[in-house]
Amino acid sequence: MLGIYHDARSPVHRLPAGAKILVLIVGAALILSESDWSRLAIAGVSVASAFALARIPAGVAVAQIRPALWILGAIFLFHALIGEWRLGALITVRFVIVLALASLVTLTTRVSDMMAAIERALGPLRPLGVKPATVALCLSMAIRFVPVLSNEAAAVREAQRARGLERSLTALASPLILRALRMADSVAEALHARGYDPEGLEPSTTDEPPKGAQRPASD
Amino acid sequence: MNTSISQTRDLAYVALFAALIAALGLIPAIPLPFIPAPITAQTLGVMLAGAILGSRRGALAVLVFLALVAIGLPLLPGGRGGLAVFAGPTAGFLFGWPVGAFVVGALMERFWDRVDFILATFFSIVGGVFVIYFFGIAWLIAVVGVAPLAALTGSLAFIPGDLIKAVVCASVAMTVKRAYPLIAQSRA
Repeated sequence: MLGIYHDARSPVHRLPAGAKILVLIVGAALILSESDWSRLAIAGVSVASAFALARIPAGVAVAQIRPALWILGAIFLFHALIGEWRLGALITVRFVIVLALASLVTLTTRVSDMMAAIERALGPLRPLGVKPATVALCLSMAIRFVPVLSNEAAAVREAQRARGLERSLTALASPLILRALRMADSVAEALHARGYDPEGLEPSTTDEPPKGAQRPASD
Repeated sequence: MNTSISQTRDLAYVALFAALIAALGLIPAIPLPFIPAPITAQTLGVMLAGAILGSRRGALAVLVFLALVAIGLPLLPGGRGGLAVFAGPTAGFLFGWPVGAFVVGALMERFWDRVDFILATFFSIVGGVFVIYFFGIAWLIAVVGVAPLAALTGSLAFIPGDLIKAVVCASVAMTVKRAYPLIAQSRA
């Protein structure tokens, strides 16, 4: 399955995922609380130069922010109507910069690197009962089954169309869920049969996907 | 004795339901008469996660789905995804999803023995509409800085579609309850 990641060779791509996420969190907090236009301009120019450094085409960058633009436009318009156009512009500009920064992190970081970063970040939470390897296994299983269930959804929809039920969400969701739950049972049995022990040692599962998640279990 | 297999099964339910929420978002929106915003089935998946898996597993399934979105998979309607959606003006609705699923699940668990279609619809509306809109509108007001009245009226357009989804969720949950009573199993 294709991610949003945009492949290129650049210093931004080479930065570790954890570092980029940290910059994003700190940057977003600073930008969203900034009311000084000259500092916002500096932030905007910095993010734009980072895009150039990462060799992201302008079209790709704009496509990431476009879905939020109409809401931001509506917010600006509303503030302009009540005479607060300056505040409206401030909110809009702040969000465009933060959204661009967040998109840059996603565009320059592979899904697998993000997953490894999540697993590392969860490490310190082990004393609270969080199992990073189990979380990673769960994420890779979910990724594996998105195309499987997506095909199932298309098949069920096709069958319901033949019965004239193409507008019924109930007729789509019920069989789809029953199939997903049966698949989950087969996957759990396959994992169990291969000696997977949820209470066992925490092995690293990011390098090789677990055997049970390799292929979808048949009904 | 067989806690290990039941834990493994919970893991599989969470993973498969996360994938199901994604799959529901990938099917094209169904246009309905009299509803201004097209209906995407994704928030239906969020309500169903709670109604079918229960509070804990349901909320975890939604969190796993949101993690897939965060790491850069384009699984939200319209192929949106990545970290930007969690910083955007409508991010509050996403943050409300796991809480909404938890609330639907907790209500279903509490009233499992006498839950019927009407009660399930009510629970789906409480968790899947009220809770999620509370987070979404609170974010719009507190973080984005939208005036409360504008945040409320702007969100109203999506309420009819979400009410329909709550009815669908209840009907599906009742069907699945008969065939696959997962919440009863986990309580036993």
